[in-house]
Formats: sequence, structure tokens, C-alpha cells
Amino acid sequence: MSQQFINTVTEQYLKTDVPDFRPGDTLKVYVKIVEGSKERVQMYEGLCIKRQGQGTSETFCVRKMSFGVGVERTFPIHSPMVEKIEVARRGQVRRANLGYIRGLSAKAARIKEKRQ
Amino acid sequence: MAKGLLGRKIGMTQVFDKDGKLIPVTVIEVTPNVVLQKKTVENDGYEAVQLGFMEKRANIVNKPDTGRFAKAGTTPKRYVKEIRGNDMNGFEVGQEVKCDIFTAGEFVDVTGVSKGKGFAGVIKRHNGSRGPMAHGSKYHRGVGSMGSIPAHHIRPGKRMPGRMGGEQVTVQNLVIVTADVANNALLVRGNIPGANKSLVVVKHAVKKH
Repeated sequence: MSQQFINTVTEQYLKTDVPDFRPGDTLKVYVKIVEGSKERVQMYEGLCIKRQGQGTSETFCVRKMSFGVGVERTFPIHSPMVEKIEVARRGQVRRANLGYIRGLSAKAARIKEKRQ
Repeated sequence: MAKGLLGRKIGMTQVFDKDGKLIPVTVIEVTPNVVLQKKTVENDGYEAVQLGFMEKRANIVNKPDTGRFAKAGTTPKRYVKEIRGNDMNGFEVGQEVKCDIFTAGEFVDVTGVSKGKGFAGVIKRHNGSRGPMAHGSKYHRGVGSMGSIPAHHIRPGKRMPGRMGGEQVTVQNLVIVTADVANNALLVRGNIPGANKSLVVVKHAVKKH
């Protein structure tokens, strides 16, 4: 009952154009960056390793290898700073949280593409 | 103008502000309050409005109260409280007060009854610090010194264990994030006292007024 009320109140903050994606997918996240008074959009591409929470608090984590260093960024899905999310590749995984991928490198860290 | 509302704490969530930042908010359900009575300096010695909040079954209301609600031309209310302050011209008896009396960005004070903590020790109740838990220490979470020996008594105000919580607490200068009239909801930045579903009073901020 209370949660229902919270959901109706926060509905206006939710995006309606979020694509369907899950851990294992390779995502292109277009992030707004504010520099002083200027604003530009930067693309961040990597593997979605987890998705958690619900409603306005829902977040997802994207991991990529940048110059040999692993980088993980967590974005709130409904954040106005996340302009667009694109699914570049669908992966076939059997976990909801791909934390194990951190310990693997190169060949072992590959994820099979999901067959449609 | 002094103003206030009675509401029900629903719970906490997060919303985005205009800079795209996630901020913590508490949702307060504010179904329209009804002004039951106006107190004036001439009549009562002070200025206040009496507000009623939430419906109550008519068969459990006693006769004097039935008369009071009928006088304001409204159905029986579960909670009745006064909002005290000067310059209460905006309120008329029988008028419905909605959450649109507050606007986004306004400062408010929120009063509620804090969650009961039961019989709590000094560390939890008075923010005391504990002693070492090991290495032969025999002093762990105790009260500490009771004061000087020559005093032959315990000084008044000595912090000791006892009942904690379940008392009236006011949090001042909270910011209204949204006043949602369609859903009868107030979103206040930060946390407010009390358990979910408990009664809270949202008033204009005394220190910003």
C-alpha cells in the first residue's frame, strides 16, 4: 500500500524509453557531461555486469577495459544525465551479477552472444 | 504567513533534482485537511488554526466531538491538531487545506513522534563512547563515573540508561522538493522523525520565517 503510493508519486521521474537489457549485454551509454556552462554527450561502452534496485533508484553497472585497466561505472537508469542507452550486443549468461568477470582477462572474459 | 498541515509519513525514496542528481526524499501523504476552528487573541488569548486530518467512522465519535465537526460542516476526523502562529488570515473555518500551500524550495519544520528504542544504554542514548572490549578490560559499555566522591550524591543531569525514543521530535529547515496536489503528497528532502504511517505535522520553518 505504502510502496504503491510511493510509486505513483515518483512515476513522473521515470523514463518510458528505457530499452530492455540485462546483465551480459554490451551497452552504449550516452552520458551528459557538464563542463562549466557547456554540456556535451559522451559515449561509454562496455559490458553490463549488474542491474539492481527498482523505481527511481534502479541502477546498472557497466564495465569496460580502458588501456588495460578495468573501469566500472554505475548509472541510475532513470537519471536525466543518462541521455540514451543502446544495446550493442546481447550476451548469453547464467548469472544476474557478473562479478566473476573481474577475475578473468581477455579470452576467458568473453561472453557468448545470445542466439535469437 | 504562518501555515501548517497534518500528514502521514509514507516512507523514503529517491528522486532526481534539476541538475540530475539523486536526492533522498521522504514522502508524506497529505489528504486535504479541514479547518475546524480558528483561535483568536480576543477569544482565546492566542492565534491558531485547528486542523482535522483523515476520516474516522461516525459511530465511534462521541457526542461533543460530533458537534464540533458538524460546526465546521465536515465529516469526523481522526487527528485534530492546532497550528499556532501569527497572521492566520488565509484560513477559514470549514475550508479544505491542501498541500499546495507549500511550494517547491520552501523551508519547513517537520514534527513527529520518534521510533521507540526501548531501554537503551548510555552509548545509544547519549552518544557515549565505549571502553576496550578485550585485553583484560573490565569496562565495556558502562555509564562511567558517577561524579566526585565528596559530592556524596549524583549531580542532576547525569546521563544514564533509560527509555529512549517515542518522544516528540522536530526536524528544522527541511526543503520541500515537490508539492504534488494531484496525489496529495509532499516530498521533503531528507528524513523525518517517526515510523512509517505515523502522524507528522509540517509547519513553516520557524528560523526562516
